[in-house]
Amino acid sequence: MSTEFARKSHETLVDAKLQLAIYTATGRLKEKRIDAVCGDALPDYQELRAQANALKKHTIDNLDHYLEEFERNVETHGGKVVYCKDGTEVSDFVLSLAKERGSHLIVKSKSMTTEEVDLNERLEHHGLESVETDLGEYILQLAHQRPYHIVAPALHMTRYQVADLFERELRVPQEIVIEKQTALARAVLRQKFLAADIGISGANFLVADSGAVVIVENEGNARLTTSAPKIHIAVAGIEKVIPRAQDLATFLKLLARSATGQLLSVYTSFLSGPRRAGEIDGPDEFYVVLLDNGRTRLLPDKNKRQSLYCIRCGACLNTCPVYRKIGGHSFPWVYSGPIGAILTPQFMGVQHEPALPFASSLCGACGEVCPVKIDIPKILLELRSDVKKSDAREGRNRLEKLGFRAFAWLMTHPRLFEMAGRIGRSMGWPASKQGPLGAWLSERDLPPLPAHSFRELWRRR
Amino acid sequence: MSRDNVLHKIRTALGRGAGQAVPDPPAARIRIPQVSMDARVASMLERVRALAGEAVATADARGFVTAAIAGKTAVASNAPFLAECGITGLAGVRSGVTDREQLRELCAAADVGITSADYALADTGTLVMLASPQEARMISLLPPAHIAVVPRARILTGLDELFSLLPRPAESTSSMVLITGPSRTADIEQILVRGVHGPGVLSVVVV
Repeated sequence: MSTEFARKSHETLVDAKLQLAIYTATGRLKEKRIDAVCGDALPDYQELRAQANALKKHTIDNLDHYLEEFERNVETHGGKVVYCKDGTEVSDFVLSLAKERGSHLIVKSKSMTTEEVDLNERLEHHGLESVETDLGEYILQLAHQRPYHIVAPALHMTRYQVADLFERELRVPQEIVIEKQTALARAVLRQKFLAADIGISGANFLVADSGAVVIVENEGNARLTTSAPKIHIAVAGIEKVIPRAQDLATFLKLLARSATGQLLSVYTSFLSGPRRAGEIDGPDEFYVVLLDNGRTRLLPDKNKRQSLYCIRCGACLNTCPVYRKIGGHSFPWVYSGPIGAILTPQFMGVQHEPALPFASSLCGACGEVCPVKIDIPKILLELRSDVKKSDAREGRNRLEKLGFRAFAWLMTHPRLFEMAGRIGRSMGWPASKQGPLGAWLSERDLPPLPAHSFRELWRRR
Repeated sequence: MSRDNVLHKIRTALGRGAGQAVPDPPAARIRIPQVSMDARVASMLERVRALAGEAVATADARGFVTAAIAGKTAVASNAPFLAECGITGLAGVRSGVTDREQLRELCAAADVGITSADYALADTGTLVMLASPQEARMISLLPPAHIAVVPRARILTGLDELFSLLPRPAESTSSMVLITGPSRTADIEQILVRGVHGPGVLSVVVV
């Protein structure tokens, strides 16, 4: 475990207020999801999951075909598709377009994909103003933090922290009423929307047969981002494509329910190209940036490529006993929770944070709630094996191997095993938490030792 | 930029050749339940109300809108149904705007935006709006309140029926938006606040 991962996890564990915030927020989202998918709420839930999984599998297995179909249809409607291999190419594209059009102000709606490549920082480095407009993301941009949760980005912040932040960054008087804080952000951002030259959004789905970008949101900021400025750029991972508009009847039923327990999010936008002749408003230019950024590295492995089925609902975070204790910022990259634990090692290499696939109790809850049935527990196991095969933990490997070999030997010698147990019980647990197991013991209390072993009790019965 | 490079990497990883045919995708899953029109109207009203929207079924849409916009300024879309209901002619209602900049200024200043809807989805309480010369995007988005006046015949059972009627929405519009309740956020302490960027007040009038 890197010191960074351990340190941040520990800091979160000892922060009682933060623990309460994470536990309450994820607990609430978890309950809402259960109410929205179980029993009569959605009788064909399991069938929809199976269908969503089959659709994702088919699309990812034939990804090049669907991307090309998507591209053709975007062009038919007057839009343009730009493939980018990494964040530099994305920012180069946006910068050159902004320069050609003389644009300075960009409004952004929430997109985990742009978080991957730090798009705001890259654009601001070159003198553009790029403003997040989702309330949570706006708060985080002011605070210079990355999202704490895929769906609820500012889950860890209190109204008092927001009040301090707004006072400092927006130069307004302290305001601790959440409705008024929201109204304040609305007023600031409304001016940005009306003045912006370019709107950058993410995408929840790319629809191949329509050349359409589908965006799901609750606030209306994505609608404003995609329809107020004259240029709309959608940035999406290549894995977001689905075959047909009709498949949305499957995915939309699952996404909002799994994320927040809503039947549908407030706004679902299905956008295909710039405004057409006769349409009164909408952008004049429409671009879709298809980002690789490491995704093609996940494709060769036939099992692990299912990690790309993820529709970013966040249900696995809310249900995960590890995420609910260590929170979002302990994770080493933008994706946190179980899905982060399988995406990060595959995008960044297992050496990036070798402890990540091990930071799981393998309870299986994440796989259980996944609306597209990604077998996260199995992939975690495979990644553990990958970590072992890599050199990252070789030093510790030897000691671990020796330990397990000694244990196996002891287990196959019943008399010695019993004797060792007797000696162990008479000595008790080591009083100090030092030594080779020190790190493991530092966060755990061992159970009291019984006076007699099970074998002894059995014989005496 | 990296088009060929990315597509090549994908094909190599998947073991596919350029232009290689693909098997048929799994059949789209479309299940349309039989629901009477009266039950659809009832469900539509119930769902919108559950989302803290206002919902009424009335033969007198004009009367409802008149009361709702009393003393306020409103922008109405060019939907023929609004004219049919006599709403575009009401005092304080601007309508017939076809210029983007002018419409945006009006919407940014107006108290209420009035539209019709191409469809409504009964099981989720959703309005379906297709951008067209009749319906602009901004009217249901910029003003703090949105009133949608919908003939009851346009109420569908749900998403499945919508996508069976419109298997390819992109053929008819650049923008189809599904609106399910007033704009909302719960980004600070999970406290629900309505009207963060879009309208915080939503009224659905079923005629």
